[in-house]
Amino acid sequence: MVLWLLILIPILAAPFAWMGQQWSRYAPRWIALSAMSVDLLLASFLGSQNHSLQASGHGAWLVESHVSWIPRWGISLHLGLDGLSVILILLTAFVGVIAIIASWTEIQNRVGLFHCNVLLALGGVIGVFLAIDLFLFFFFWELMLVPMYLLIIIWGHAQRRHASFKFFLFTQAGSLVLLVAIVALALLHQQATGRPSFDYADLMGLTLSSEMARWLMLAFLIGFLVKLPALPFHTWLPDTYTEAPTGATIILAGILAKTGAYGLLRFTVPMFPEVISDVAPFVMGLGALSILYGAVLACAQTDIKRLVAYSSISHMGFILLGAFGGTELALQGTVMQMVAHGLSTGGLFLLAGALQERYQTREMGQMGGLWSVTPRLATMALFFACASLGLPGMANFIGEFLILFGSYGAQPFMIILASVGMVMAAIYSLGMMQRTFFGEQRDARMAPDLSNVAFGTLLFMAVLQIWLGLYPKIVLTTARPVMEQLVQSVVASPNPTHSPSGSLLSSHIGTSQGSAP
Amino acid sequence: MTLQDFIALSPILDLGAFSLVTMLAIACRRHHARIAIFAFVSCLLTLATLPWAATVAPRAVTTLLVVDGHALLYMGLVLTATMVIIALSYRYLNFQFREKEGVEEYYLLLLLATFGGLVLTTAAHFVSFFLGFELLGLSLCSLIGYLRTRRHPLEAAVKYLLLSITASALLLFGLALLYFESGAMTFHGVGAIMKQAQSVPALWLGGLILVLVGIALKLGLAPFHMWIPDVYQGAPTPITTHIATVSKAAVVALLLRFATEVGVLELPPVVHLFSLLAVVSMVTGNVLALLQQNVKRLLAYSSIAHFGYVLVALLAGGPPAAEAVTFYVIVYCAMSLGAFGVVTVYSSEGGDKNRFEDYQGLFWTRPWLAAMLALSLLSLAGIPVTAGFIGKFYAIAAGVDAGLWWLVLALIGNSVVSLYYYLRLIVTLFDEEPAQATAVQGLPIQSRQTAGWTAAFSLGFVASIILMLGLYPGPLMEVIRDSVSNLLMVAVQRP
Repeated sequence: MVLWLLILIPILAAPFAWMGQQWSRYAPRWIALSAMSVDLLLASFLGSQNHSLQASGHGAWLVESHVSWIPRWGISLHLGLDGLSVILILLTAFVGVIAIIASWTEIQNRVGLFHCNVLLALGGVIGVFLAIDLFLFFFFWELMLVPMYLLIIIWGHAQRRHASFKFFLFTQAGSLVLLVAIVALALLHQQATGRPSFDYADLMGLTLSSEMARWLMLAFLIGFLVKLPALPFHTWLPDTYTEAPTGATIILAGILAKTGAYGLLRFTVPMFPEVISDVAPFVMGLGALSILYGAVLACAQTDIKRLVAYSSISHMGFILLGAFGGTELALQGTVMQMVAHGLSTGGLFLLAGALQERYQTREMGQMGGLWSVTPRLATMALFFACASLGLPGMANFIGEFLILFGSYGAQPFMIILASVGMVMAAIYSLGMMQRTFFGEQRDARMAPDLSNVAFGTLLFMAVLQIWLGLYPKIVLTTARPVMEQLVQSVVASPNPTHSPSGSLLSSHIGTSQGSAP
Repeated sequence: MTLQDFIALSPILDLGAFSLVTMLAIACRRHHARIAIFAFVSCLLTLATLPWAATVAPRAVTTLLVVDGHALLYMGLVLTATMVIIALSYRYLNFQFREKEGVEEYYLLLLLATFGGLVLTTAAHFVSFFLGFELLGLSLCSLIGYLRTRRHPLEAAVKYLLLSITASALLLFGLALLYFESGAMTFHGVGAIMKQAQSVPALWLGGLILVLVGIALKLGLAPFHMWIPDVYQGAPTPITTHIATVSKAAVVALLLRFATEVGVLELPPVVHLFSLLAVVSMVTGNVLALLQQNVKRLLAYSSIAHFGYVLVALLAGGPPAAEAVTFYVIVYCAMSLGAFGVVTVYSSEGGDKNRFEDYQGLFWTRPWLAAMLALSLLSLAGIPVTAGFIGKFYAIAAGVDAGLWWLVLALIGNSVVSLYYYLRLIVTLFDEEPAQATAVQGLPIQSRQTAGWTAAFSLGFVASIILMLGLYPGPLMEVIRDSVSNLLMVAVQRP
């Protein structure tokens, strides 16, 4: 029940946020903010409970809720919480709060509807992270789409129409492929046992012929890669991230991209152990390509939001690399990278939005020398640029390092390529700083510096970045049981890439029990 | 005929009697509101006889009609849709009609068309099949041209008349060929003889295909879809709604019974024909819908595509297919009632509102109306929370179950294409409102019109159906499952 509360708080608060518009311009903001804060508190409460249960709960759900929904198809309202979901829900609620704060001054018309949509989208995302019935998962997966679309089409920038269409069509096409694969799995279960089922545990236990597994895995891969996005399916991203209002961009980059990564970790990797070792090299190749492609294109951008958008593709490449790296170390790194990317990109988009609000442009060519005008903004930008380029001591570094280290055994060549991407990250991040904040000032207009609220928020995000960078154990231990189980399910099939690095990590984070089989 | 037979037939008899009473009432005294209410109550009372009839179902009443769960389910659908249409019609006609034009017969014809639909849902014999078909077609034809002083409705009526005649001619010829080969007139009898036959003679196949083409014409499957956009656009909007819901649902009910009892889908040529029709319908409907600038035409083309999806489900064969088809048709009726309902309500306030520009920024002036239209369109596009998603899911599940991978892929590809034009209309709803355009039409935006309580109530009802089927479809699925088992069982058991 408490899990339903997590989903329903934002969804039920949404209509109130809309109606709140009649009372005051700020009522919707406060309603949305308090709904997400309550969610955040609830999730952290569950997370802290989680710690004590962890030793016992290897792969089992720590909190579970199960009600029959559509018996005809064996569909049930089945929610389950484990370490991975706790982390991502915390991230969702936190980034949600950031997005609402980021829209505090930017969104001035139709405030109620804006926050209504934000809350609906966030509720959908939390549902995605909790659902362990595949139909329900898909239901939430689609649920978040329409509010996001409305956020872009109503409050977006000049090219919003184009961007929102592209966003919706791409993701919907990917989703439908996913839906067919889910239905096929459920019907295969019916063939095997006589009753259809969409339940995660039932479908995990299914043995598939290797050809069937290959096709279904491809479908599961496409569905999630579109959302992530990885290389061939990424074209919606730059337009969408650029044209969406700041709050929506933060949600898109900070959370929605993570739903794709979550799908890979939760479904694609463990459900098809038969073929994972065949597919992994190709997918990791895609990951490495995404890293380089995103980085190279980020270097070439003049639009600051577009630059961050391309850097996002690059960071998502690391997630893809880690998810198929096949070792616990790499998987842990993936989770870390998801959190870190949510924080760093969220911060960067917030700053880009703040710049656009002040100068009505995103072109870096028209900025320059802003350090003296807006010192607070510039300082925070420098910090998050460093976080994004993976400076040691920050969370991104931990994520990227673990991923590279963990998957080196599997694909050394690709890891070397990916490391080049990290160098490129330094080039584009510092280039962005150089062009925007240093050098000669092109725009003589004076602009107000960051408000205290925005500055405080960013400061808090910065503290989190450093905290997770210096003390990653909190994320790593929470995700550990899930990742161990994941590795085991993959290793159950012959997988040559498993190296002792798994036990190395275990000793590193100070808990017993290595994961080596 | 025993008492049991009368009980089983009570819905049809009831509606027939009420049609007569309506006619007499109109002859006595013309009064728009009273007749409208009377027609509504007739449908309601007919609906109330369904549970009574269900107590004796399944039952074959004479050789002509079969009243079973399948028929009763579709009757319920048809009657409910008619009630919504009547509720929406009143204001529309009030606005559209000049004085002394005689608006009351509209309701009589509407009841007769629905009566034809009821006959179709129960038909198990060539004669009742044809009678229902004609009753529905002729009533609709006069309804389409009911606004007889306008140009477009008349044009549409002539087109529909030509279509009806063609469909009837093909159908009759096909039925004659079937009778010639088998000597039977009941679906069941034809099916039984066909099962015994070693090989299928060419004439037989020709007859079947002619009958199916007649049905395809009525359903508007491509390439027999030419009439759909013009008739949809030209007809008074409530009648467009009737064509899209009642008429098509009844024909699908008949198609299901015909297909299961005759065993049509066991013949490879027919399966090929249907696969082709399905793909062509989906592609034609969706591609042409992309080009439309008129809401009614857009919905018309999208309906062609939707019946393509229904065919994909039908082709899967067996119980899941019949379930998926029935579910999809029910869902499709709800969505169409929603979408056309909004057009009707909006057109009842200042002339027909069919163009995209009329809907620009509607969300900011009439939020409820626009939200209703957006909900219906999202449902048509198959987005979750709405019924359309469950319908599409059901169709995909049936297709995957039968291994129709190519058709399912075509369905998916088309869904993505269709999303584009639905989104285009939804985006229009959220555009900034054109201040000038409204000024030209002389309609002040501030005057905050309301839709009237009948319209509000009926649209609210449709919206709740769309949401309920989207969120909690379990109960309906069980009902459909029963009705389908009924359909298949009767096909087996009857002597």
